[in-house]
Amino acid sequence: MVATSCREDELVVPTEYDIIGDERPGDEIRGFYLVNEGNMGSNKCTLDFYDYYTGLYSRNFYAEKNPNVIKELGDVGNDIGIYGSKLYVVVNCSHKVEVMDSRSGVRLGQIDIPNCRYVRFHRGKAYISSYVGPVLIDPNAPKGAVYEIDTLSLAVTRKVSVGYQPEEMEIVDDYMYVANSGGYRAPNYDNTVSVIQMVDFKQVQQIPVGINLHRLKKDKYNKLWVTSRGDYQDRPSRLYVMQKKPGYNQMIVTDTIPVACSNMAFYEDKMYFYATEWNNYTASNTITYGVIDVRTKEVISDNFIKDGTEKDITIPYGIAVHPETGDIFVTDAKNYVSSGTLYCFSSDGYKKWSVRTGDIPAHITFLSK
Amino acid sequence: MGTNHTGVVYDGVELGNAQNGQIDLGQFSLDNIEALSLYNGQKSEILQPAKDFGSAGTIYMRTRTPFFNEGETYHARATIRTGSFDLLNPSALVELKLGKRVSASLSAEWVNSSGKYKFRYRRVNPAGELAYDTTAVRQNGDINATRIELNTHGTLNSGSWNFKVYNYNSERGVPGAIVNNVWRRGERIWDTNSFAQGRYTGFFGKFTTLNNIKYAFYRTHYVNNDDKQVKIDNLYKQKEIYFSSANEYTITDFWKISGSYDFMWNNLDADVYGFVKPDRISQYLSVATALDFNRVKLQASALGTFIHDRIKGQEAPKDKHIFTPAIFVNGYPLRNKDLSIRAFYKQSFRMPTFNDLYYADMGNSKLSPERVTQYNLGLLYDHQSSSFISSARVSADVYYNRVKDKIVAYPKGQQFRWTMLNLGLVDIRGIDLTGLLTINPYKDLYLTVRGQYTFQRAIDITNPSDNYYRDQIPYIPRHSGAAVINAQWKGWGLNYSWIYVGERYNQQENIRYNYTQPWYTSDVSLSKDFKLGRVSLRGLIEINNLLSQDYDVILNYPMPKRNYRFTLTVEI
Repeated sequence: MVATSCREDELVVPTEYDIIGDERPGDEIRGFYLVNEGNMGSNKCTLDFYDYYTGLYSRNFYAEKNPNVIKELGDVGNDIGIYGSKLYVVVNCSHKVEVMDSRSGVRLGQIDIPNCRYVRFHRGKAYISSYVGPVLIDPNAPKGAVYEIDTLSLAVTRKVSVGYQPEEMEIVDDYMYVANSGGYRAPNYDNTVSVIQMVDFKQVQQIPVGINLHRLKKDKYNKLWVTSRGDYQDRPSRLYVMQKKPGYNQMIVTDTIPVACSNMAFYEDKMYFYATEWNNYTASNTITYGVIDVRTKEVISDNFIKDGTEKDITIPYGIAVHPETGDIFVTDAKNYVSSGTLYCFSSDGYKKWSVRTGDIPAHITFLSK
Repeated sequence: MGTNHTGVVYDGVELGNAQNGQIDLGQFSLDNIEALSLYNGQKSEILQPAKDFGSAGTIYMRTRTPFFNEGETYHARATIRTGSFDLLNPSALVELKLGKRVSASLSAEWVNSSGKYKFRYRRVNPAGELAYDTTAVRQNGDINATRIELNTHGTLNSGSWNFKVYNYNSERGVPGAIVNNVWRRGERIWDTNSFAQGRYTGFFGKFTTLNNIKYAFYRTHYVNNDDKQVKIDNLYKQKEIYFSSANEYTITDFWKISGSYDFMWNNLDADVYGFVKPDRISQYLSVATALDFNRVKLQASALGTFIHDRIKGQEAPKDKHIFTPAIFVNGYPLRNKDLSIRAFYKQSFRMPTFNDLYYADMGNSKLSPERVTQYNLGLLYDHQSSSFISSARVSADVYYNRVKDKIVAYPKGQQFRWTMLNLGLVDIRGIDLTGLLTINPYKDLYLTVRGQYTFQRAIDITNPSDNYYRDQIPYIPRHSGAAVINAQWKGWGLNYSWIYVGERYNQQENIRYNYTQPWYTSDVSLSKDFKLGRVSLRGLIEINNLLSQDYDVILNYPMPKRNYRFTLTVEI
């Protein structure tokens, strides 16, 4: 018994494969990458890839593709994006952005950014929001920053100070809008959207919107949809719409939509969303789904999953829509410390397939041909 | 079952931490400990504080009681320890005979260490080629601590008393997890723990009484100095007052009964935003009986626990009343009592800690206690003699435990937020085998061989739809064991111990991705006792992790490679 239970060399974590069969050979969209965040301190941020040309789902390919990287991908992935031929994964608790070749998954380098959060791209540059502008110890928490990276050299070129604990950003017409959460300063959350003038990379305005802002996404009409996480007690999560004031260059809050919203994804004129809110009375989570018409800003449906599968989802954590087919992807993070599940629904809400993922599946980006 | 189900008793009074339920054994030194015993279930004596009937298992630490020969009035002992991790650890113990019936001892110790050690992470690919091999130094694991303990003992015509004052003061770094791109962290903790406890035992014919009183004050200052994350600076203060009276009456020469009452008050104060400053009054009432029919011994006990919490600014949770019985049977089938069969059934529980209930944003004040039911059946063979085999002892125990309403952290709302819920149901089955053999092959040479093996299947049976249903719970090995070989000859001592912890899973699902390899370490030590006139000396050399194995007990927390310790003790 002892002889068979001896220590052996630690092996590089192997990739696991599942045959899904949802094949679309020759499509414009080759496949998609999914980041599994991993629990804090576990160093279990992993990357999965689904290949539409072969119908094969590769779970956790990073270590096999990059065996020489010490301690693999890292701790707590927070965002993913593809720009040009490069794949960027923001690894929050490893304080870096990992850069890989988007077709092979082979590592090209990393950008060290403390407490990095989200990544967006514009005109050859990558923009990464970070909770720490100045790297120092401040009992009141320092202001956050957005770092500008040159995508060829992977060097930091410019940096701008924004509000407290910035999260998602979008760039519309040469201005960048950044959602500030102020999460480290609870209960005194930040409530502003920072406006950055791209030409000189300076913050020109902070627009009050709602407390603890998180998501900031643009639709096809260049309207901004901003979510507030609320204060987890009396003030619930909410959704805001920002548009340019007619005749002006300035964005203003035009609508407050009285629904809780944790995450959203757009397809044509529809916005699919879900919300996860803790209910102190029932001591359980209340999960809601919905669809909003982007033109009228009205909630047109309280469910986009039509076959009852939403009852199997414990904690939705990510949502994405296939840019061509309109297939809706929802991830289930379950209890944060065991494997999650990725669900694929047809655009009319019927489950097509599901697959086991890593821990806390969260962010998806699509790879074009 | 978790550390919260194990009681740790220091000189008769249980150590507590109402905040997180965890006792840091590192704060207690073995320097002045005379005896360390471990009981599964409970101690087989019915004269004990009511609280002692309440844990699933208990560790008893007893400090050295001064003993003076004719004509002696003092003992003094000084120890200096040094070794790996830049360790410097001097300590001193002075025992004084203050009168015919009173003695006192003062024990003081200082520990200082940088906590730095080399660790290595190495991976190969399935073809055997090296993927990476890196060695780094563990940082921010330093400790600077002092401990002072003053004991006074007295004997009376019909009893005895003790009084103790204890203070522990430390500053330490928390090394944290090693993850990609992070090789050091900035958490630091300052602890100041003090307590005073008194004990009085009285024997009055058929009636014996054992009374304890304690006051404790714990102060913890936690800081996170990581300049990349939010600065945390929190101060926690806990107070505890405890009183216990245990009383035993001998009805006949084979039948004793006991009744005990314990009262405890705990309070936690913290400068965390929105903290509810909980206050808890716990009362324990136990009755027990012991029957000794020479070939059969029976012990039955019942414990009633009453908990009342008060919190600031919110409605307090309901009072808790819990009744937990236990029954222990011991039988001797052979006349010479070498062989015994034992069995016990016990219910116990652990109250949710203050952290579980009230921690800002994460606590759940509606939590119920975690309940444990234990069933155990065992055989023990114990033989002492003065021949070649001076003692032999073999035991085998089979057990089945069930944990209900296990308190686990569960996602709450969105984005990495947690709450505590009574969500677990765990089925534990196991076998414990131990063996001990002492032989005396040659005049002054004694050899002891000791072995222990545990098989444990602890599975999660909460919900069949979980993807870890019926999987072994995290970090519990199926197979584990230890072996010790000890040789003593004319003042020389040589010891070899080997610990084996079998394969485990670092998360709930028993999948390859969560697999953690078995680890095993060998420790060797050599000691020599000698005398120079009136002075006794002892030198000790220890080499731990002899084969320098690189292992993580907990994922991403690497352990030290081979390390050394040298001790010199002088006693007069």
